[in-house]
Amino acid sequence: MKPRRLGAWLLIVFGVLYFFVPLLGTFEFSLRLLRGVYSVAAYRIVLADPRFAATVTYSTVLALATIVVGVALVVPTAYWIQLRLPRMRPVVEFITLLPLVIPAIVLVFGYLRIYNSSSALPLTGSARTTDLLLMFSYVTLALPYMYRAVDNGLRAIDVRTLTEAAQSLGAGWSTILLRVILPNVRVAVLSGAFLTFAIVIGEFTMASLLDRPAFGPYLQLIGANRAYEPAALSIISFAITWACMGFIQVFGRGAPGQVAGAH
Amino acid sequence: MAEVARPATGPSPAAPPWVSELSWAWVGLVPFFIFALMFLILPTGLLVVGGFQDSQGHFTLRNLLDLFQPTILSSYLISIKVSAASAIGGAVVGFALAYAAITGGLPRWVRPTLMTFSGVASNFAGVPLAFAFLATLGRTGLVTALLVHVFGFNIYSIGFNLLSFAGLTLTYMYFQIPLMVLIMAPAIDGLRREWREASASLGASTWEYWRYIALPVLWPPLLGATLLLFANAFGAVATAYALTGSSLNIVTIVLYAQIRGDVLHNQNLGYALALGMILITGLSNAAYIWLRGRGERWLR
Repeated sequence: MKPRRLGAWLLIVFGVLYFFVPLLGTFEFSLRLLRGVYSVAAYRIVLADPRFAATVTYSTVLALATIVVGVALVVPTAYWIQLRLPRMRPVVEFITLLPLVIPAIVLVFGYLRIYNSSSALPLTGSARTTDLLLMFSYVTLALPYMYRAVDNGLRAIDVRTLTEAAQSLGAGWSTILLRVILPNVRVAVLSGAFLTFAIVIGEFTMASLLDRPAFGPYLQLIGANRAYEPAALSIISFAITWACMGFIQVFGRGAPGQVAGAH
Repeated sequence: MAEVARPATGPSPAAPPWVSELSWAWVGLVPFFIFALMFLILPTGLLVVGGFQDSQGHFTLRNLLDLFQPTILSSYLISIKVSAASAIGGAVVGFALAYAAITGGLPRWVRPTLMTFSGVASNFAGVPLAFAFLATLGRTGLVTALLVHVFGFNIYSIGFNLLSFAGLTLTYMYFQIPLMVLIMAPAIDGLRREWREASASLGASTWEYWRYIALPVLWPPLLGATLLLFANAFGAVATAYALTGSSLNIVTIVLYAQIRGDVLHNQNLGYALALGMILITGLSNAAYIWLRGRGERWLR
């Protein structure tokens, strides 16, 4: 038993090193801007760069819009599948997994072809509509995660009973969805939302190919031209990822009490 | 599959009430299918069609054959090599880690902590990850410098280069390992303790336990997860682009350059390039789904 446990510990230590050493390396590198001393100068430069604030704001707004549209698309669909069309579940599940099969770069290539400025629906024709297209591409990217999360949440509650109870009290479909179903799956929706946020905030490929001023392309641009600032930006975006995952953990813990109310 | 009670086969007079209800029920899925058509099916379908057309729109197989020209073929091959190496490496290490955390007799906090960190690390990809590895294993990176300092040993003098096959594989493994941990944990949970005890009481060695019990049960999810990691790495763009610029010609970077500026000087060849990628990730995902179905028979 003893050597077995030792081996397990060694593996965990290896995992910890693989996880932390690059972060440590990045952090150390980000402090090296001034010769000979450690300083936060790189962070200061990054935070003072107006493009930093602009791109982070752009990506944040886009992420929030993605979450709202994603939830509005996924919750009613998953609810309806559960309630009325369980036979369609395999088809819908298959479609929601497609973004994992088709690489993002291929999808955006397709968008550029189908929605180019001389097409029937020229979404890439102006900046605003390109933003819209980018948002929909992010909804697509997040679809597998959002659908999984919401579907798991809906399976944990008794959708049929809740719906019938609401209907017998005279509720319409919008009331049922917004005031009965959504509050009951809010933990699942939140975890899907934070995952979406983590995916969208630093996304590079789609934003870059649609030529929008998002945080991902900004990161890449700084990386190509500067030495220490990219490391500082990496640490910042890692902190954002951590925050998102942390929120999922925190809210996820409240889950059992939440959904138990439905039974 | 939770089947909802439905009036099943039997004598059905005229049109039972649920028929009209069912036809109306379809309406609820219309927004989803419009979305899927607009942003998944049509864009991809159009590329696939474009891959089979010449510049005048006539059917041709020319583009697909042109994929076999040396430069494009080599970009596919290096993509496949990097994806396979990082998938296999990630699968081996990730499985070992998950197995150690779950069955290694470690304190209880190890497992949830590993899961949390895996969730974070598997999402820490793209441009920031490339910077992190440059700062760590680049020419002036922390680990490179430490090795020179402490051991007087420069990894770059023995031919290591972060901007190469080995470097890219090592970088990809940063998100591949945690992804493997997340996928395999439920399967490892399905390995019953009694199986091990029963085999031990019958005199089986650890090797025999793995050879005749654990691996036959685990191989479908193991292989399936490896294929998923493969597809995951194959479609990645940002990490490689930020790490190597265009010095390593993996297929996603060629496609990126093609979309930006038609470097192949043939739009339809670009579509064929995308078609080839869909075929490769599609096949490995299909195999994953098939294997997952097989694995679920035992791991319940």
